[in-house]
Amino acid sequence: MLKRTPLYNAHLAMGARMVEFGGWEMPVQYRGIIEEHHAVRNQAGLFDISHMGRFMVRGPQAEGFLQRMVTCNVSAIPLGQSGYGLLCRPDGGIIDDVFIYHLADEYMVVVNAANIAKDWEWFQQHTAGFEVELEDRSQRWAMLALQGPQAEQLLASAEESTTAEIGSLPFHGVALTTIFGQNALIARTGYTGEDGFEIFFEATYAERFWYGLLALGGNAVQACGLGARDSLRFEACLALYGHEIDETINPYEARLGWVVKLDKGDFIGREALQAIRQTGVSRRLVGFEMVGKGIARSGYQIQRVTGEPAGFVTSGMPSPTLGRPLGMGYVPTDLSSEGSEFDVIVRERPVRARVVKMPFYKPRYKR
Amino acid sequence: MAYNTPADLRYSKTHEWVRQEGDEVVIGITDYAQHALGDVVYIELPAVGATITAGEPFGVVESVKASSDLYAPLSGEVVAVNTALESDQTPINNDPYGAGWMLRVRPTGASEELLDAEAYAAFVADIDH
Repeated sequence: MLKRTPLYNAHLAMGARMVEFGGWEMPVQYRGIIEEHHAVRNQAGLFDISHMGRFMVRGPQAEGFLQRMVTCNVSAIPLGQSGYGLLCRPDGGIIDDVFIYHLADEYMVVVNAANIAKDWEWFQQHTAGFEVELEDRSQRWAMLALQGPQAEQLLASAEESTTAEIGSLPFHGVALTTIFGQNALIARTGYTGEDGFEIFFEATYAERFWYGLLALGGNAVQACGLGARDSLRFEACLALYGHEIDETINPYEARLGWVVKLDKGDFIGREALQAIRQTGVSRRLVGFEMVGKGIARSGYQIQRVTGEPAGFVTSGMPSPTLGRPLGMGYVPTDLSSEGSEFDVIVRERPVRARVVKMPFYKPRYKR
Repeated sequence: MAYNTPADLRYSKTHEWVRQEGDEVVIGITDYAQHALGDVVYIELPAVGATITAGEPFGVVESVKASSDLYAPLSGEVVAVNTALESDQTPINNDPYGAGWMLRVRPTGASEELLDAEAYAAFVADIDH
């Protein structure tokens, strides 16, 4: 039985096409992926991302515990801010990528939907020696993302607190406010390459928030499904777990070395990651454009122009913003510089591709 | 969800439609197929003179989300191709039974098991729940 978010009925009522994603029954699109994609790039779009996991970590040693679990420097995330981090295995393979929010008296860790059970168990296995309390708030809270250049202005119009938190919220900032008569945690975070917010609140009010946010600005907000979420993050070259990253891939290969703070003190995977950093990696994630006619898709094989196997595609699609097929994939380091060429095997035929700069779309975050 | 399934067409279980026009047939993909694919942004079709074989792929349609093979509902020789779809794929979504047509074929015998509109509508209702 697939899991459903508190907005399942709302998605059906709005005519969404539902698909399976990471064990969840989720909307892939409402009006169409391309229309939803452009709405986020140009105005504002709303996503139900309640399927993601939300773990609360509190107690006197919450910070120390998280420092041990993730690769980023949790001590460098001030109260009211958030940061991107990785959970790694002792061998450096990536268990998950997470966002850590520093709230008053506790941290919230947002994890990928498909990894909730695995991450929860991983956290539980490592609490020994730490005075820390974990709570899985994934069920109790819903989570929405309002993204796009108009998100700030629209969300501010719904804010009832006199402190006007939303307009002054910095990039990656997080604050408690009141929207639609309810407390909500808002964070200036997202997964689209646009300015925008993620909103956390009691699941009971999911429909009130969903329909309330869609109605802002005279129905100026487009409901968006996972299809547009994927195409938006793809253009911004944000990693998707199970594609660009997984347990067989280390952060340096994935170009996520900036998330690994080897000098912050000990953490799980540090020793292996230090060694990998010293020896260097043999393959690397690249972004590429198609030179020949064809569209690369996740899982397609990559070979050298001379025919030897070289790697694989992690994500690929026709980019709605750039109007041409692009892809990401792993190739040997000697093929990873801009301008390098290789072939992607599209339906048994080699199609030429060329390495281009990432991200494909330069994010327009408000800093 | 109810999909448009015109009564004068025959349908394959891989969601292509066939319209008999004299000795020839016109082929395209169904309303259900275009819904399932989402916005088509790329199409690959055979050239005039090519032969297609019942049950075998004859082309590809790609949306943002996925790539899907097109399967020949019958065997035959391609006598015309809707080349307009190469530059503008929107008719595949907006008018799948009209301007979204793909091939005109002269059949040479073998055919997949084709369904009438009623049977195809029931088939789709069964898989789309």
